This record gives sequence, structure tokens and C-alpha cells, in this order.
Amino acid sequence: MATQKHSPAIKGAKVLMVGAGGIGCELLKTLALSGFQDIHIIDMDTIEVSNLNRQFLFRQSHVGQSKAKVARDAVLKFRPHISITPYHANVKDPDFNVDFFKQFNVVLNGLDNLDARRHVNRLCLAADVPLIESGTTGFLGQVTVHVKGITECYECQPKPAPKTYPVCTITSTPSKFVHCIVWAKELLFAKLFGDKSQANDLNVRSSDGASSSEQAEDVFEHSKDEDIEQYGRRIYDHVFGYNIEVALSNEETWKNRNRPKPIYSRDAMPNDVSQQNGNVEKNGATNDPSLVSAMVSLGLKNPQDVWSLMENSRVFLEALKLFFMKRGKEIGNMIFDKDDQLAVEFVTAAANIRATAFGIPLHSLFEAKGIAGNIVHAVATTNAIIAGLIVIETVKVLQNDAKNYRMTYCLEHPTRKMLLMPVEPFEPNKSCYVCSETPLLLEINTNRAKLRDIVEKIVKNKLGMNSPLIMHGAALLYEVGDDLDEAMIKNYAANLDKVLSEFPSPVTSGTMLTIEDLQQELKCNINIKHREEFDEEKEPDGMVLSGWTQATSVVKEDKKSNANVGSTSSASELETDKNNEIETAPGKKRKLSDVSEADTSSVAGDTKSHGKFEVLDDDDDDVVMLNDWGSAANKKLRSQ
Amino acid sequence: MDGEELTEQETALYDRQIRVWGADAQRRLSKAHILVCGINGTTAEFCKNIVLAGVGSLTLVDDRVATEEALSANFLIPSDESVYGGKTLTELCRDSLKDFNPMVRVSVEKGDLSNFGGEFYSKFDVVVISCCSLSTKKLINEKCRKLSKRVAFYTVDCRDSCGEIFVDLQLHKYSKQKLEETIECQHNYPSFEESISVPWKALPRKMSKLYFAMRVIERFEDAEQRKPGEVSIADLPGVLKLKNEFCEAQSLKESHIPDALLERLVTDPREFPPVCPIIGGILGQEVIKAISGKGEPLKNFFFFDAMDGKGIIEDLSNNTGS
Repeated sequence: MATQKHSPAIKGAKVLMVGAGGIGCELLKTLALSGFQDIHIIDMDTIEVSNLNRQFLFRQSHVGQSKAKVARDAVLKFRPHISITPYHANVKDPDFNVDFFKQFNVVLNGLDNLDARRHVNRLCLAADVPLIESGTTGFLGQVTVHVKGITECYECQPKPAPKTYPVCTITSTPSKFVHCIVWAKELLFAKLFGDKSQANDLNVRSSDGASSSEQAEDVFEHSKDEDIEQYGRRIYDHVFGYNIEVALSNEETWKNRNRPKPIYSRDAMPNDVSQQNGNVEKNGATNDPSLVSAMVSLGLKNPQDVWSLMENSRVFLEALKLFFMKRGKEIGNMIFDKDDQLAVEFVTAAANIRATAFGIPLHSLFEAKGIAGNIVHAVATTNAIIAGLIVIETVKVLQNDAKNYRMTYCLEHPTRKMLLMPVEPFEPNKSCYVCSETPLLLEINTNRAKLRDIVEKIVKNKLGMNSPLIMHGAALLYEVGDDLDEAMIKNYAANLDKVLSEFPSPVTSGTMLTIEDLQQELKCNINIKHREEFDEEKEPDGMVLSGWTQATSVVKEDKKSNANVGSTSSASELETDKNNEIETAPGKKRKLSDVSEADTSSVAGDTKSHGKFEVLDDDDDDVVMLNDWGSAANKKLRSQ
Repeated sequence: MDGEELTEQETALYDRQIRVWGADAQRRLSKAHILVCGINGTTAEFCKNIVLAGVGSLTLVDDRVATEEALSANFLIPSDESVYGGKTLTELCRDSLKDFNPMVRVSVEKGDLSNFGGEFYSKFDVVVISCCSLSTKKLINEKCRKLSKRVAFYTVDCRDSCGEIFVDLQLHKYSKQKLEETIECQHNYPSFEESISVPWKALPRKMSKLYFAMRVIERFEDAEQRKPGEVSIADLPGVLKLKNEFCEAQSLKESHIPDALLERLVTDPREFPPVCPIIGGILGQEVIKAISGKGEPLKNFFFFDAMDGKGIIEDLSNNTGS
């Protein structure tokens, strides 16, 4: 296994790395040390302070610069004679097409989001280039090998859907802190500082919801001559006081729930306190709006402290005031960003005040930031280990050593004495809609749903296509592209708003739609089946896509438990017997699903703003794909 | 000191890892002093990991002067001979490591580690030994155990595509999460000497073959008075002969230590670069666990072989009677 034996394969290889983050830095270094001489690296991100604890190729002075370029320069310092080609770009750019991918011997992913992973998977399949995929969360990590026709592709097993919450849980009946965070971030923050034209469910639905929400619209308007302190208190009293009174008036809701307690600013914060509230002058020294902080004004130092109701109320009003006084220009088009200190302060305070009203335990700013920003836990060591394992698999792939391909799990607690557990890869799933040509089944109400619903909820969200084209037989219903003429664009726009059964040749039970993404060179067929009713809570999309979950017998058995990983019900799989090896698999999964919870919070059910709510991307590393764990353990057991 | 808060700078820099191990562990890390003896690709990886993690200080010992060979798996050494020429490995590594995290003090200590007295070792919370002989390992381990202060002791070795970590935390108290509960635990570690003295017949039947192979090579180098790693394929007959003697004396089947494995270990005793981050990563995690007292630490050997890809824990604590 020594280096010389591998040199010809390594030296001649042309490698594409996607991602120069936590895994990427470690991987680029290890590839260079291992003798690789031609490495291309794509990353659209720039360097941030919170990267520096593990992305060791970067320094404080590099903050704001391209990760791919700085990583290249850093590695050339100890390996100056190799070729590293950086691209400060999105891997989904059309320049990185199938022909681009074809020039490489192997592609190595160190990505942080499902969307890009699926995109690269499809390009690798189309270009017939082996893909090595990886991910880490805290002390956990994994490396998998995907070679077309030999092992499963990245999408052969469905990935757990992002955690979603019914809208009414967020707007009316929160029971966990995360519900309050989602409310504060996606509804209140968006309402006050975001795009006013976006639909927003902030106001509690009461029995006569329509009228109350109409009059409430004005509440959030800030007229120029209104004192900002007054305005803040008005907002406070409206969202934490009045709205909760309205909710309380709906007796049905509270039959089996604890009744919340409305909170008014005068109670949370006596007048004499608010007079001293906020010393904006403390922020006076900085002219940089991005450094404005309510914590600084109020002399609150430790982000790990849990604030009292009064402190939260003061932060709430102070942050609101600072937004209007120091960052007025941004109001109206802000989107919550976890690296925006003032936004995090506002959301923390608002979530905590709401949590108080609903009797939910309060959290520190540090914790709230993690939940609101879907921050992935990350340490250097796991990334280093995973990078080493990736290079070991890369060498095997370059030597076509298929019988020795392994997927490897890096565990926090040993399983059968192992901290690093190699497992034989699965065979391709014959009914995978990505790497085989099996049609999918879509149950939908064809008399109500529009083509737009299929494009948004299925083609983009579920199938992960960027530039789709939809055909019904020979008829082109929809496409996206730069080269369309105006008449076509108009026609497609009109089609989007057509109800499925009202197309000239109706889309209804028995119809087969063909959906294609030319960039990804992925084509799949969807059989349509009409269904009248959908469960609003369980099937918030109002449609159900199925078909790719069926797989070979080994994989099939895992499906039951896989389905649980994404849902809260898996939390019921508690006590596991460590001596019983079969039981360790669900035990692991349960833990993992807990870990992932914070990473995947989003709201579903609101059709208009659904897309906006699925904020999954983080600047950081590389979420472990949880659903593989159980199957890995099972597979291993079988092979013994 | 314990109540001391992390600074704003620390909270910002360490944000992602505090989410893994908590602010309390981060405070303990920032007060820990680490000694690393012996620079190679694996310890370079380890040093990078704990400097990034934010330990209080790191001291390096290794008087060897940098050569082209030392560059092979070590990314801390600049490749330009006009830069590295004439300097010691530790000086070069120190200069690179300082850059990784300005909040960590990195320094170099000159001298032969077997000559350092107990007083020297008592300055540290963690001692990591690599690239040294069997007798030196035992000697340093004993020195650490004699101190009134508890010092965490590790040895780490990487040859070809194989690696070994040994851990001695003496009487170690720690907490671990079980479901929702935090449980307080303790474990009494045997010394290196005690561990390797366990009769081979008493070891579990499925004991990692690498454990036996490493003991044979280690003994061979010691007997021949070689420097660690100073073996070649020409030594294979001698190594195989020693293996047979071992097996006979310990009543172990010879097939338990495959000749092919020994052949790999003597043919190229250099580190296979991708194995360094794996061993250095596991060691980094273990040292962080030992300092923070959080999480179940490794008991008391770890083995990795890239050939089969397994990273295995072997616990000899129960066989030593300690």
C-alpha cells in the first residue's frame, strides 16, 4: 500500500474536488501530500471567521476571499510543483456541464447541501466519472463510493426530507423552542424587515381570521413621524399580547393544550427601565452597520447566558430601534442571515418572549443562533479523518480495484470495537429514478392542481432539477432556458397557471409526463394518478410522489426504519442493547436524527412561501446523510 | 479560573466546535499544555488538530534536522530547501503551526527526551510520544506515572498504511451522555509496560493482528539497536525469525501474525500520507476528550490498516489485573 506502488495511477490522475470547506481543505492537503499532481477545485464561497477553527488553509487575513483560490495558494507553499486549478463559482453553473466533468478520472465531493450533491451525482452519472461522496457532523462522518453500474448512485436511496412543521404549530400552538425560532425568523423578522409583498402568516388565525388579519396589516407599518420607541412597543404588544389574546379566544384550540399567557411590554418591562433602555451611543464608535449590536448597547456580554424576560424584551426593542436608526436602508429587503449579529439578537429575543408566553424553556443567543442558522456542528479532526479515507478510496477507484471499494463510517461510539467501520457498497438500486429509468408515480388532484404546483413542489424541490423541460407525449408543456423567444415564454407562463385536467390534452389519471434536465442529462417519467383528498398535516404538498423507494430486498428492509429517521417518531426507539449487534443500528439512527434536527428545521404547508422556508444551506460542512446508517449496519450483518 | 468566560474572539473563532463539545470543554482546552515528542506526518496532523482546537500551549521536541524525506507526509514543512535547510523539524513546524491559531503558544524544546526529568514532564497535561524506541516509550510512560500530577500519556506510530495509538490516562474520571442522562464514570488504565506484558494466550482470539506485528517489529528494532523505522526488506528474515520465537514462547499460532503484514511493515516503514490524517485525527479527538473529561475515551489501543479500512479498538485493561 505504500506510495510508490500507487504512483503511476496517482500521478496521471486528473481530479475534480467540489467544495473547499471543512472537508475540502483537509482533502486538498492530503491529495497533495499523496502525490496527486492535477487537481481542480470548485467552491463558490468566501472565507468567514467561523471557518478558521478547522479550515486550516485559511487565516484571519483571508476573510472575505475565495475559498478555492486561497486553498490553492496555501497548498502550493508545501507542494509548489503541482497544478491546482481553482474556480470561484457555483458547481451548478452551466459551464460545469457533462463535457467538463468528462475530463476527470474521479470527482470528490466535500459539499454542504443536498441540492448540490444531487446535481453533481447526476453529472457524474451522465459523464460516467466515479464519484466519492462524503459528509461530517460533529464526530460523525462517512465516505461513500459511487461508480456507475457497479455501486449505487448517491440518490439510489431517498434522502430524509428536511424537517418541516405545520403552519398552525408555528402561528398558533408552538410547543418547542424551535417553533418559536421559526416564527421569529420566518414570520416576524420577515414581516418587519423583509419583502412586504411576500405572503406572511404572522397574524394568528382566529375564528374570523380574514377580518382580523386585514386590520392588522396596518399595525406593522411605521409612519415617519412615529416615535421609534412607541412603534417598538406597539409591535411588541401586538404580537406578544393582542395576537395571543386572539388565539386564546378560539376555545377549541386549547381544550387539550396549555393556554398561553399574553405578554405586554408594560408588564415585561416597567417604564423606568425602558427609559434607560439602550445606549445607542455605545454603538456610536462604529460606522459599519454590520457591527451594530443591541447586546453592546445594553451591556450584555456573554452569548451563552440565558436572558430573563426583561432582558429579552429590552433586546427586542433595542434591536428593532437599531434596525430603523442604523440600517434603515436595508428594511424591506432583508432575509435572515445567521452571521448578521443584530438579526440574531432580534430573533433570539423574539423567540424567547414568545417561548415565555407559551411556557417553553428559554435559550441563549448562542443556542438560538445554532437553531435559527441551521448550523452544522463541525470539528477539524473528523474532517481530517474523512479526507484520509476519501484519498484511500480514490486510489482504489483509480486502480479499478472494485472488489475493495468500501463505504466507511466514522463513529463517535465504537460499534463492535470499531471507530472506523468499512462496509461493502450497495449495488445500484434497479428502481432508482436517477440511475435507472424507472418511472415515478405522482398522486395529485388533477382537477385542482396547476402545472406550477408540479414544477415547484416536485420538479424543483423533490427531483432537484435546475432547468427542467416537461413533456406530455410530443407536446412541450414547459421549459426553462436562455434561448426561448417571447411567445414561448408567454405560452409557458400561461401553462404554469393551467389546471392539469384543463390542458388541451388533459393531464389526468394514466397520463405519463416526461421530465428532463438538459444540464444534468437526467430524464425521468412520471405516471399521474388522480386523487381527490390529501391530509393537510401529513401531506402538506397536496400531492404524493412515490416510486423510487422500492429497492432490492436488502435495502427494502431498511425502508421502514429509514422512513422513521426523518420523522419525530424515531425518537421512540429508545433503549438499545449494546451487546445485541442488530439493535445497535436503530440506536445509532435515533441519535443521528437528534443531531440533525437543528440542521433541517423549516416550515411546510404554506404553499406560497414554501420555497422560501426551506433554508437549508449553511456556509459550512457537510451534513451526514443519515439514512445510510441503518442500512450499513444491516448489510454488514448479512455479509458475515 | 474555572468560571472564566471565553472571550468574544474565542466564541467567534470556536463557534462550530463549541456546538460539539460545549463552552466548558473549550475553557479546559485553552488551559491545557501539550508535549509532542517526535515529528512525522502523523504528529504533524495531530499538532494541527489541537492547535486549531485551541489548547493553551504546544511544546515540540525533536532535534532532527529537516531532510527531503521528512517532507513526504508533513505539510508543515515548506518545500523550499533554502527555507528548510539547516533547520530542525520542530522549528519549521512551530513556525507553520503558530500561523494556524494566534491564540496558542507553540514552542520548541531541545534535548533528548530520555534525559528529561520528571520535573520537565510535570509541566504538561498531555504527553504524546512518536518515532521512538520501545525502551524510551516505557521509560517516559513510567516517568509520567510517577508524577504527583496526572499526565495523559499517548504513543502513536504509523508505518506504511498501518497505525497504532496507545493511551494511558491512569485513573481517569469522565462523564458521558447516555440517552438524556449524564453519567459519571472512571477507568483505571494500565501502563504501556503492563499492557504489552499480557501473555498473548490470554488475549482475545480475534485480537487485531496489527497488535502482534507491531510488538515484533518494535522488539526487533530495539534488539538490533535501530532507530525507529530504520528497517528494510533485507531485515525480513530476521523479523520473521523473531516472530517465530515470539509465537513459540507465547504459544500463539504463527499464522496469527501474517508474514505478508510484517513484510509490508518492513518494506516501507514510511507513512502512507492518507493514513496520517486518520491516525492524527483519532489521536486529536482522544486528547480533546481526555482534557475535557467529556465522552468515553479510547481504552487502550487503537489500530488502523488502510488495507481493510477498519479502525479498531483493543482494550487490554482487563487483562492486566490493574
